[in-house]
Amino acid sequence: METLKNEVQQENTATTVKMTGAEAVIKCLLEENADLAYGYPGGAIMPVYDEIYNYRKDFHHVLTRHEQGAVHAAQGFARVTGKPGIVFATSGPGATNLVTGIADAQIDSTPLVCITGQVGSHLLGSDAFQETDIIGISTPVTKWNYQITKASEIPEVFAKAFYIAKSGRPGPVLIDITKDAQFGELDFSYKKCMKIRSYRAIPAFDTEKVKEAATIINSAKKPFIVWGQGVIIGEAEQEFKNFIEKTNIPSACTGLGLSALDTSHPLHVGMVGMHGNYAPNVLTNSCDVLIAIGMRFDDRVTGNLATYAKQAKVIHFEIDPAEIDKNVKTDVAVLGSVKETLVEAMQYVTKADHSDWMQEFDKLYQIEKETVIDDQLFPSKEGLTMGEVLGGINKETDGDAVIVTDVGQHQMFAWRYANFTKTRSNVTSGGLGTMGFALPAAIGAKMGVPNREVIAIIGDGGYQMTCNELGTILQTKAAVKIVVLNNGYLGMVRQWQELFFDKRYASTEMESPDFVKLAQAYDIEAQRVSKREDLAAAIKTMVQSKEAYFLEVVIEKEDNVFPMIPTGASVSDIRLS
Amino acid sequence: MEEVKNFTFSVYTENNVGILNRLSAIFLKRHINIESLTVSKSEIDNVHRFTFVVNISEIQAYKLVGQLEKQIEVIRAFYHTKDEIIYHETALFKISTEHLYDEDIQDKMKFRRAHIIAITERYFVIEASGLKEDIDNMYDKLKPYGLLQFVRSGRIAITKPKMAISELLQEIN
Repeated sequence: METLKNEVQQENTATTVKMTGAEAVIKCLLEENADLAYGYPGGAIMPVYDEIYNYRKDFHHVLTRHEQGAVHAAQGFARVTGKPGIVFATSGPGATNLVTGIADAQIDSTPLVCITGQVGSHLLGSDAFQETDIIGISTPVTKWNYQITKASEIPEVFAKAFYIAKSGRPGPVLIDITKDAQFGELDFSYKKCMKIRSYRAIPAFDTEKVKEAATIINSAKKPFIVWGQGVIIGEAEQEFKNFIEKTNIPSACTGLGLSALDTSHPLHVGMVGMHGNYAPNVLTNSCDVLIAIGMRFDDRVTGNLATYAKQAKVIHFEIDPAEIDKNVKTDVAVLGSVKETLVEAMQYVTKADHSDWMQEFDKLYQIEKETVIDDQLFPSKEGLTMGEVLGGINKETDGDAVIVTDVGQHQMFAWRYANFTKTRSNVTSGGLGTMGFALPAAIGAKMGVPNREVIAIIGDGGYQMTCNELGTILQTKAAVKIVVLNNGYLGMVRQWQELFFDKRYASTEMESPDFVKLAQAYDIEAQRVSKREDLAAAIKTMVQSKEAYFLEVVIEKEDNVFPMIPTGASVSDIRLS
Repeated sequence: MEEVKNFTFSVYTENNVGILNRLSAIFLKRHINIESLTVSKSEIDNVHRFTFVVNISEIQAYKLVGQLEKQIEVIRAFYHTKDEIIYHETALFKISTEHLYDEDIQDKMKFRRAHIIAITERYFVIEASGLKEDIDNMYDKLKPYGLLQFVRSGRIAITKPKMAISELLQEIN
């Protein structure tokens, strides 16, 4: 612990009070303005739960139906608020049940503080009841983790954990606390962590690099911006908007970058990636300067790297030095927080008119509209499409809702067709692709922004992975709107089987229970729609409901998401059908 | 395919439980085998130094340093090629005492950094140090005498280029 004290610089404001480690845990959370946690009790975390009971007026705990639900709910909360989501679980299975959500948070840079109970320190390594090495298990998927074995360590470790989770490129941290450390006493005082000597949250930016980037941008004839979640995490939405409006550069987002800019903004040319829009994917390979802002060139974004934007100079605005040149070799890397670097860049970029270049985007958009989009939004075929459900939701919410998606076809349709007018409105499992994410994440999101409409859009497969969380809705009355797009298949895998595995539908056809009855069993108002003429009214009823609402839409069974960049293909070889 | 070379990584870290796991997980995730590993204190109080030896491409080495440095408790990480370091390994050979006065063995001991560090009635122990190749060579020569035990340390390396850790820590503090 001595080294920890040396490493960490803390704000000095403290007076000392004697208390147990368990009480100190709650005190630490309250000091960090975290008064809401998701979790599931069990033997090794019981002393902390006893303090949750003591502090029940000031500290709220949501009992989920599974630890995975708790961690996804905390993720949903974190994504809409920007604050770390707090999770409690017991040792052993409680802790291992968190792993999927932690891995999801790590790859999508979501701040979480997960607190797990652990067997008493004298039992460590003895294969005691519900003992598991959660530090070892969680190490590769956490930004940081630490095992507390003495009550006295609690304040410093929590301060450090919050600082690490929130700062720089955020991520999940896990604190494992042995039961004796929870029972043990300490002289409590809390000092927020301000600095850790081995950790640079935000690299200092280099003005020369910004100038170099600006020079290239100013001479570009066909510049193109791809932005990611960094704009949202860095709270740089306004700076980003100012930047693109001054330079007039057509801009496309990654899946996680969605909602940072109003989807109706004239410079918003859509989304890049495997099921992104036609124009930005194709023109990635025509631009002369590619400006990446707060994104990490995920393989679902780039397609085949060997043919990705080879003709372009690449400028990368990025907070994480490890992302520079990781996938795409940059010509100029501008390290730092985009909120600062974009402001700095504004001084050196000149106003420009790129209307000819913009027209190329418009032309390709027309092609996509005629071949794909119109068929989805205004289908002439009999079966309902996922696109038209999104269209109906847009109409009813004016793009004001938080859209929480699971993983699969419905997710791609939601990313493609949902309108967004406000930032932090697209809550989704991007990097990890965790089915089962949406329902619990929507519960957390609703609690994070109770005054906003939160709509979970989920496939019939993913829904059944975590629909136990309907119980959490029953108990908390969280007014989440749930839309299950039911095509009776694991649709995305089925689509790949159709396209790449000779239509051999191995284990993708799925029978489901009566979802309406299931929701009703949890006292949630519910209806099923299978006809086009009933859709708009059903969506309206759902949106107008003040309480949780469940809507199942029976979708055309073999609908496919297009455009599509097949794995290993170039972005410019995107298929329209 | 990029040319695979032998790289030595020097990683300066805080001295906390679990860091070895965190660092080795970065190699594991990328399916990179660690050829040797040495952990010791460093020239700075309370700062540990990990020396990893791996055979990878230079691009992989560059990316690995980024991932290593990204870990909260890593202060700095560096990678070096063989010509940028002065390095050494140490080995111990345990051999039956019946061979102690064997002239052949005495001959083989003429390798300049080998000497006997323990002699008992039943066995004697030779310590040798040098490059991996030197020790491999010695190993081949002593093997016919029946090695009762053999062990070799990980690589320890001092770099020719400066690694400005103290300055960095001062700047941060």
